[in-house]
Amino acid sequence: MTDQPAPGERPVPTKKERMQIDRQLMPEQEAVVRAHNFGEVNLGFDEQLAMLEAERCLLCPKEYCVDGCPVSVNIPRFIDRLARGDIAGAAQSLLDDNALPCVTGRVCPQETQCEGVCLRGKTGRPVAIGYLERFVADWAGAHPEALPPIAIADSGRRVAVIGSGPAGLTAAGELVKSGHKVTVFEAFHSPGGVLIYGIPEFRLPKDIVQAEVDRLVAKGVEIRPNTIIGKTYTLPELREMFDAIFIAVGAGLPVFMHVPGENLKGVYSANEYLTRVNLMGAWNPDSDTPILKGRRVAVVGGGNVAMDSVRTAKRLGADEAICVYRRSRGEMPARVEEVHHAEQEGIRFDFLVAPIEVVGDDKGWVTGLRCVRMELGEPDSSGRRRPRPIPGSEFTIDCDEVVVAIGTRSNPVLTRTAPELQVNEWGYIVTDEHGMTSMPGVFAGGDIVRGAATVILAMGDGKHAAHAIDAWLRGEYPPAAEPAAGEADEESAGHRHPAHAAVAAH
Amino acid sequence: MHEILEKAQLSPNVTLLRVSAPRIAEIRQPGQFVIVRRGPGAERIPLTIADADPGAGSITLVIQAIGKSTMDLVELEPGEAIQDIAGPLGSPTELLEQGHAVCVGGGVGTAVILPIAQGLGRRGVSVTSVIGGRSREWVILEDELRACGEVVVCSDDGSYGRHGFVTEALKDLLDEGGIDTVYAVGPVPMMRAVSEMTRPYGVHTVVSLNSIMIDGTGMCGGCRVEVGGQTRYACVDGPEFDGHLVDFRLLADRLTTYRSFEQQALEHREACKAEASR
Repeated sequence: MTDQPAPGERPVPTKKERMQIDRQLMPEQEAVVRAHNFGEVNLGFDEQLAMLEAERCLLCPKEYCVDGCPVSVNIPRFIDRLARGDIAGAAQSLLDDNALPCVTGRVCPQETQCEGVCLRGKTGRPVAIGYLERFVADWAGAHPEALPPIAIADSGRRVAVIGSGPAGLTAAGELVKSGHKVTVFEAFHSPGGVLIYGIPEFRLPKDIVQAEVDRLVAKGVEIRPNTIIGKTYTLPELREMFDAIFIAVGAGLPVFMHVPGENLKGVYSANEYLTRVNLMGAWNPDSDTPILKGRRVAVVGGGNVAMDSVRTAKRLGADEAICVYRRSRGEMPARVEEVHHAEQEGIRFDFLVAPIEVVGDDKGWVTGLRCVRMELGEPDSSGRRRPRPIPGSEFTIDCDEVVVAIGTRSNPVLTRTAPELQVNEWGYIVTDEHGMTSMPGVFAGGDIVRGAATVILAMGDGKHAAHAIDAWLRGEYPPAAEPAAGEADEESAGHRHPAHAAVAAH
Repeated sequence: MHEILEKAQLSPNVTLLRVSAPRIAEIRQPGQFVIVRRGPGAERIPLTIADADPGAGSITLVIQAIGKSTMDLVELEPGEAIQDIAGPLGSPTELLEQGHAVCVGGGVGTAVILPIAQGLGRRGVSVTSVIGGRSREWVILEDELRACGEVVVCSDDGSYGRHGFVTEALKDLLDEGGIDTVYAVGPVPMMRAVSEMTRPYGVHTVVSLNSIMIDGTGMCGGCRVEVGGQTRYACVDGPEFDGHLVDFRLLADRLTTYRSFEQQALEHREACKAEASR
C-alpha cells in the first residue's frame, strides 16, 4: 500500500487528518413522513459523504473489522479504494468477498460485528462500514459496465441449492465463481427467501433484492421457483440429479405463544403478516392479497422481526402500534438502528410484559391482549436475565390485532423425505464442521442448521459451505483453510455454530 | 408458465381447467392440492388436484368462481397460461385398504371427492358416491364418479335424482350398515352435518378443510385449525382430518376473516368490467 496518490486519485489524508473527521450521518426520510409510507428509511450516502466517511478508516494493521465479519469482507481494502476515489475498484473488492452487499449493507447488525470492533469506536464512533458497503454496492448495481463479467471455465459439475434466501444465494454466487452449474430451488414464486417475504420494503427494497438475484442469474445461476423439495421432488431424487446439494431452507415454521385465544381472527404469525405485506404486496392497494389493518396492533417479541412487524402496522395506518416484550430494552435482540427508528416513528414499547391470553368478542375477533408484568431474575443459559411474572399484575392491552413474532423453528417438509439425513431433537440438520450432513455430498447451512439467526450468519454459512462443496467436487474433502479474503483468522469460525437460539432475528 | 389445455363449464359457477404441470401430474396423490397464482399482483390460492394425466403432463383444477381471484382464473382461455403452480402439497388421503367407502361431495367439493373415489376404486374398495347440488345444473362430475362405483345424486329442489340433502341419502346408507369410512368434502356446514350424522354410527369420517393459506408448506400458520383440541395446520398436517374431531365452528369463523375485503374486491372488479365495456 502506498501513500502516494496515483494521477487522478484523491490525496491520501494523514492519520491525524483522518482522526479529525466525525462520523457522517445517514440521510433519512423524516420520521413523521416515513411512518405512513413504505419508502426506504435510510436514503444512502452520496459520493461526497461516502468518500469523507471512508477517510475516517485508519487502515489498522490488525484488521479487527474483518475478523468481526461472518463473511470476512476485506473491509479496509474496499474502504481504502473508496477513499482514494476508486469506486469501481472498491466495488470489485467488495463483490469478490460478498455475494449480496446491497443486502448486508442494509440489514447486518454492524454494531455487534465489524463496527463493534472498529478501533475508532474506542475513542469515538466507529467507521460507518455498513453505510459505506451500501454505497459501494448500490454504485456497483447502477454501473454494471464498470464491472465486466469474468469468463469462468465450466467444471462440468452440477450443484442444487435448496432455498433462495441469504445462505442459498451466497452459496450459489460462490459456486458459480468456481465454474459449477448451479440450480436454486425456491418454494415461493419469487426468489429471495426472508429477504423478499420477511424484511419490509422500508428497510430493504424488493428491487434491490431482485437486482442481487439478477446479478447471480447473469453469472449463470438458474432459479427454479414454485418447487418444494420434499414435495415436488424428494431429497434423494434430487441427489440423483446433482453432483452435490446445499440445503438452505431456513427455519420456516412460526412459533406461537400457546395461550388461549390464539386462533381468533386478527392473530397473525409474523411470518404470515410480513409475507402478506412484503411478498404479496398487500401494502399496495393494487394487490389482490388482503391484510387486516388494525387500529391498535400489539406485536409480541423483541427481535428484528418484531420491529419489522410493529413498524409495518404503523405504516398500514394503526393509531397505535405496540411492541410487547417480556424482557427489558437491554435484552432486545433487534438491531439498535431498528429500535431507534421505531421509537422515532412513534412505536410504543411495553417492556417486561408477557401475554397470557388473547381476548375476543362473540364474533371471533380480537379485542385485547391479556398480559402479566414481569421482573428480571437470574441470568439464563443465553446470559440474559430470566424474566418471571409478578403475581397479581395482570392487565389487558386493548387491541384489535396481535402479531406473534417470538421466533421460528425448523420445517420438516424436506427432512421428512430423507430418513438418512440426520437431524437433532429440534429438527435442525446436523453437519460436520465444514457443513456436510450425514448424506455424502449433501451440505446444509443457515437457519436450518443453526436455528433462527441473522442474514449475515446465514450468508457466512453459504460461503463456507460453497468452499467445502467445491473441495468435495474436486475430491479434496475436507477442504483446506478458506482463501483469506482479508487474512481472516480462525476466530471468525466461532460465528458459525452457536447454540440454537430461539430468537426472532433476521 | 402453465398453459391451459382445456376448459369446461361444469355448473353455473364451477369451471374445469386442465393445465400443463408435468411434474405434478406425475407424482400427485389423492387429497393433494396445489397453490396457484395467476400472475403478478394475484393472490396465491390453494386448489385441490381433481385429476391428473401423467401421459399428457396435465392436471385438472375445478374452480368455483366466488371471489375476485377465482373469477380472474376462470376467465383464462385455452392457450393462455397460469404463471405459478406449486405442489403437490398436503398429505395424501389415507385410503381405505378394503371394504366399503362412501364418498360424499357437496357442490365444488365433489371435485375433491373424485380423486379419492378413483384412488379407492383402483384398490378394489367398494365405493358409493353421494353427491348433490341445489338443482340439476349444479350437480358435477357424476359420470366420472360412476366409473368408480355406484352414485346417488341428490338435489335440494328435487329437479334431479333424489330430492333433499346429501346427508339424508347418507343416513339411509348408514342405516343399511357395512360402511367402513365416509369421506366428505363440501361447504363447512355440510361437512359438519355429515360428521354429526356418522358419529352415533361410529363410522370413521374424513373431511378436507379449505382454510385460508399463503405458502402451503407450514410457513405462515394462517390455515391453523383445531382438531381434537390441538392446533394443526391444514396445509401440512391435512388438509384431511377426522371429522369427529374438527372444530367446525372455528373453521367457519376463520373463513370469514377477509369477507369485507372480498366484497370490496368483487365490487371493484365489477366496476372495472363495467368501465371497460362502456
